[in-house]
Amino acid sequence: MKNTKWLLLMAMTLVLSIFLAACGGSDKKEEGSKDDGNKDEGSATETPKKEDGEPDAEQILNLDELAAIPSVDSAIVEDAVGFNVLNNVNEGLYRLNAENIAEPAMAAEEAVVSEDGLTYTFKLRDAKWSDGSAVTADDFVFAWQRAIDPDTGSPYGPFMMSGSVKNATAISEGKMDKKELGIVAKDEKTIEVTLERPVPYFLSLMSFGTFYPQKEEFVTEKGDAYATNSENLLYNGPFVLTEWDGTGDSWVYKKNDNYWDAENVKLTQINVNVVKDPATGVKLYEDGKLDRAALTGDLAMQYQDDPEVVKQPDTAVYYFKFNQLKGGKETPLANVNIRKAIAKSFQKEDLADVVLANGSLPAYYLVPKDFAYDENKKDFRELSGNHLEYNVDEAKDLWKKGLDELGVDSLELEILGGDTETSKKMDEYFKSQLETNLEGLTIKLKEVPFAVRLELDSAQDYDIQVSGWGPDFQDPISFLDLFVTDGTNNLMSYSNKEYDQLIADSKGDLALKPEERYEAFAKAEKILLDDEAAIAPIYQKGEIFLEKPYFKGLASHPFGADYSFKWAYISGKE
Amino acid sequence: MVKYIGKRIIYMFITMFLIATATFFLMQTLPGSPIASYSKLNDTQKAIVEKKYGIDKPTPVQYAIYMKNLAKGDLGTSFAFKGKSVNDLLASRIKPSFILGAQAMVFGTIIGILLGMLAALRQNTFWDYGSTFLAILGTSIPSFVFAALLQYYVASQWHLLPVGLWNDGWKSSILPSLALAMGPLALSARFIRTEMIEVMSSDYITLAKAKGANKFEIAFKHAFRNALIPLVTVLGPVAAGLVTGSLVVEKIFAIPGIGEQFVSSIMVNDFATIMGTTLFFSAFLIVVIFIVDILYGVIDPRIRLAGGKS
Repeated sequence: MKNTKWLLLMAMTLVLSIFLAACGGSDKKEEGSKDDGNKDEGSATETPKKEDGEPDAEQILNLDELAAIPSVDSAIVEDAVGFNVLNNVNEGLYRLNAENIAEPAMAAEEAVVSEDGLTYTFKLRDAKWSDGSAVTADDFVFAWQRAIDPDTGSPYGPFMMSGSVKNATAISEGKMDKKELGIVAKDEKTIEVTLERPVPYFLSLMSFGTFYPQKEEFVTEKGDAYATNSENLLYNGPFVLTEWDGTGDSWVYKKNDNYWDAENVKLTQINVNVVKDPATGVKLYEDGKLDRAALTGDLAMQYQDDPEVVKQPDTAVYYFKFNQLKGGKETPLANVNIRKAIAKSFQKEDLADVVLANGSLPAYYLVPKDFAYDENKKDFRELSGNHLEYNVDEAKDLWKKGLDELGVDSLELEILGGDTETSKKMDEYFKSQLETNLEGLTIKLKEVPFAVRLELDSAQDYDIQVSGWGPDFQDPISFLDLFVTDGTNNLMSYSNKEYDQLIADSKGDLALKPEERYEAFAKAEKILLDDEAAIAPIYQKGEIFLEKPYFKGLASHPFGADYSFKWAYISGKE
Repeated sequence: MVKYIGKRIIYMFITMFLIATATFFLMQTLPGSPIASYSKLNDTQKAIVEKKYGIDKPTPVQYAIYMKNLAKGDLGTSFAFKGKSVNDLLASRIKPSFILGAQAMVFGTIIGILLGMLAALRQNTFWDYGSTFLAILGTSIPSFVFAALLQYYVASQWHLLPVGLWNDGWKSSILPSLALAMGPLALSARFIRTEMIEVMSSDYITLAKAKGANKFEIAFKHAFRNALIPLVTVLGPVAAGLVTGSLVVEKIFAIPGIGEQFVSSIMVNDFATIMGTTLFFSAFLIVVIFIVDILYGVIDPRIRLAGGKS
C-alpha cells in the first residue's frame, strides 16, 4: 500500500514536470543575419544618419533596457527608462528632432511669444489620442495642473515649473489653488502659458515628459489604476505601449495609427526586454535576438574595434573639483597657480581613448558638445572654444610659481573618486600623470561608494574630487549655474563676482537677448576655466553600442528621453 | 495525524508572524528612506507622499497597520514600481522563478538519485568514481559558472538553445534549469550513495538476499526507501531556495524572475517589496518543511508523526 503511495508521488512529480515543461509561449526563433554587406563606414559618428536604403517589408525591432519601467504616468516619471517610453508613446507641444532641435509636435506651428518673453501661445494641431478622441488644450492644462499639485507627488512637476511657470512655486507648496497655474485653454485648440520670468529654453522644455498632455476624463475614470499597465494609458505619440503588465520585464511598442504623423513612422513593432547583465545583452545581440546592445566596462574595450560599434556622446561632463576651504582652513588649492598647474598637467586624449575606451571624449569645457545650440542652431562649443588644454611645460612653471607663493616645496593632495573599476583605473592614471609632471606632488587616492562621496562633498571634506554633472534641461545654464558663489553644488568655496554677475545677467537683462546671453555664457566659462581653473574638466561621457547595420535612423537626445524611435527603420535585414 | 497537522499549521502561523515582525523592525534600521529616490520633491510634496505611504507615522503604528493589511493578504504598495501593488509584482515574477526551480529540482534529484544508486551498487568501479567526480564538481562549482558555460557553448557557440530571455517557450527554461540543477544533482548523488552503501550492508538486506529476492527488487524496494530519508530532509530547504529564484542565474539568462527583483528592492529601500518577498520566501520554506515532515511518514513507516497513534 505504502509503496503505491510512493509511486503515486513520483508519478505526480513527473506529471508536474511535464505540465511545467508545456508552459510558456512558443515564439518563432529568428536568426539574425550576421552580415549583409551593407556596413556603413560612417556609423561611428555621433548623430544618426538618414540612409538611402529602402526600408524592408518587415519593420520589427528588438531592443533591451537595463531596468524595468517604474512608471509611465508623465507626472510621476523620473527615471531614464520611463522618460524613454513616454517620449515614444506620447508627445508634448514640441519634440526634439533627430538633430536635437525642438520642433512643433502637438503644436501645429511655432509658438507665438510675447515681446517680454512671458507669454507663450500655442496652437494645437488636429491630433488624436489612441482611443480616437481629439487632443485638446484642456488635456495640457489638466496634465500641468496635475503635475504641480503637491498631492500628485510629481518629482519633476515643481522641479521644472517652479520659478518659471506663473504661480508654480506657491501651488507646489500648497499655498495656492492649482487652477492659478500659468496655463489656460483659450479655446479647444489654443493654449496660453504665462511665465514668471523669461525662460530662453522654454520651448525645448516642452519636449520634456512632464509637460505632456493627459486626458482628464480617462485619468479620473481609471483612478488609482491609471498608468499601472499598458491598458490603463492613452497614447498620442508615434507608438502605443502594449503587453506591459506594470512590473514586468518586457513590453512591446506598436505603431500608433492614430498618430498625426503616422505616415512617417516606419517601424511597426518594437519588442523590448529587460536585460540587466550587459554581457548577456551582447550575447543576445550576437545571436540576432537584439538589434542593439550597450557595451560597458570591459566589453567596451573588447569590442571597440568591431565594425558594428556605434559611438554616442552623452551630455554628462566630468571634472576635478578643487576644494579651496577644508575644515575652515584654506587648502593649497586656494592658490590659482596650483589649480591651473594640475588642470594642465594630465593628458586627456589618452584617458578617453585608452583608459576609458567607452566612447568618452576629452573635455576642454564644462558645457558639453552636441548639447546646446544658439539661435542659428550653432553648437555652443563653437562659440566658446577650448579651455585648459594639456601643456606640461606651462604646468611645470605654474606649479613652481604656486609652490613658491605657498612657501613650500612639496604638497600631498588627496583625490576623491568612485569605487567602480573604471573610476579606479582612471584615478591611477591621474596619480601617475600628476606625480610625473608636477615635481614634489604626492597624490593619495580615496575611492569610496557614490553615497559616501556625496556625503564628503556636502561636508566639503576633500582636496580634489572627481565629480560629474548631467543636465536637467537643454541650456548652458544647467551647467554654469553650478559654480555661482554658494551654489548648492559649488561645495568647494569657489567665488567670483564677475562670474556671478554674468550668470545673474543671463537670467535677467539678457534673458531676451539670445546672442548676448550666449556670449555671457562663453565669458563665464572662460573665467571659470582659463582664468581661475576653479574646476578642471576631464571628459565628456560617451557610450558605445553594438548596432546592427540594418538598424537605421535612431535619434538619440541630450536631455529628457534618450531615444526617439519615430524615424527609425530597418533596411537590408533580409 | 489530523491533530498533528493542525498543531503544525498553528506553529506555521506563529513562525510567519515572528518572521514578519523581525523583518519589519530590521528593515527600519536600513540606512536611508524609500523617499530618498524622491530627491526632487519639495517639502510639501514629501510630507504628502510620506502620508500617502504611511511612513510619516511612528514605527509601532506603521507596524500595526502593516500587520492588519497583511492579515487581509495585502502586501502593500511598491515604492520603486510607483503605485503598483506588491501582490501583483510577486504574482507576475514568481512564475518564471518557480518553473526554473521546479524543473531544476525534479531533474537534478532524479538524475542525482540514479547516479548515487549506481555508484553505491557498483562501489569502487568506474561508475562510482565517475558519479563521485560529478558530485564533487556539482558541489564545488557555483551554479552561475555552469550558467555561463552552458550559455556560451550550448547557446552562443552551437546555437542549440536560446541565449536568454523568457520568450521562447520551454526552450528558454532549459539552460537556466540545467545550471540550477547541478546543485541538487550533486547533493542527491552524494547522499544516496552514502546511505545506500550503509543500508546495503544492514541485516534486513542480507536477509532479503538470503531469501533470494532479486537484486533489482532489493535495491529499489528495500534499500532505496531507507536511503531516501536523509536526502528528503536536506532537499526541502534546497527546493525552497531554488523555487524562490536565483539572483545570478536569472541575471545571466535575463529571466524576469523574483530572485533578482528581491535584491534590487533592497538596494532602493523598497520596503513593501522587501517585506512581501521575504514573507513569500519564508512561507514557501515553512510549507516545504511541513511537507517534508509529512513525507517522512510516507517514505518510512517506522517514523510515526504523532506519538505512534494515527
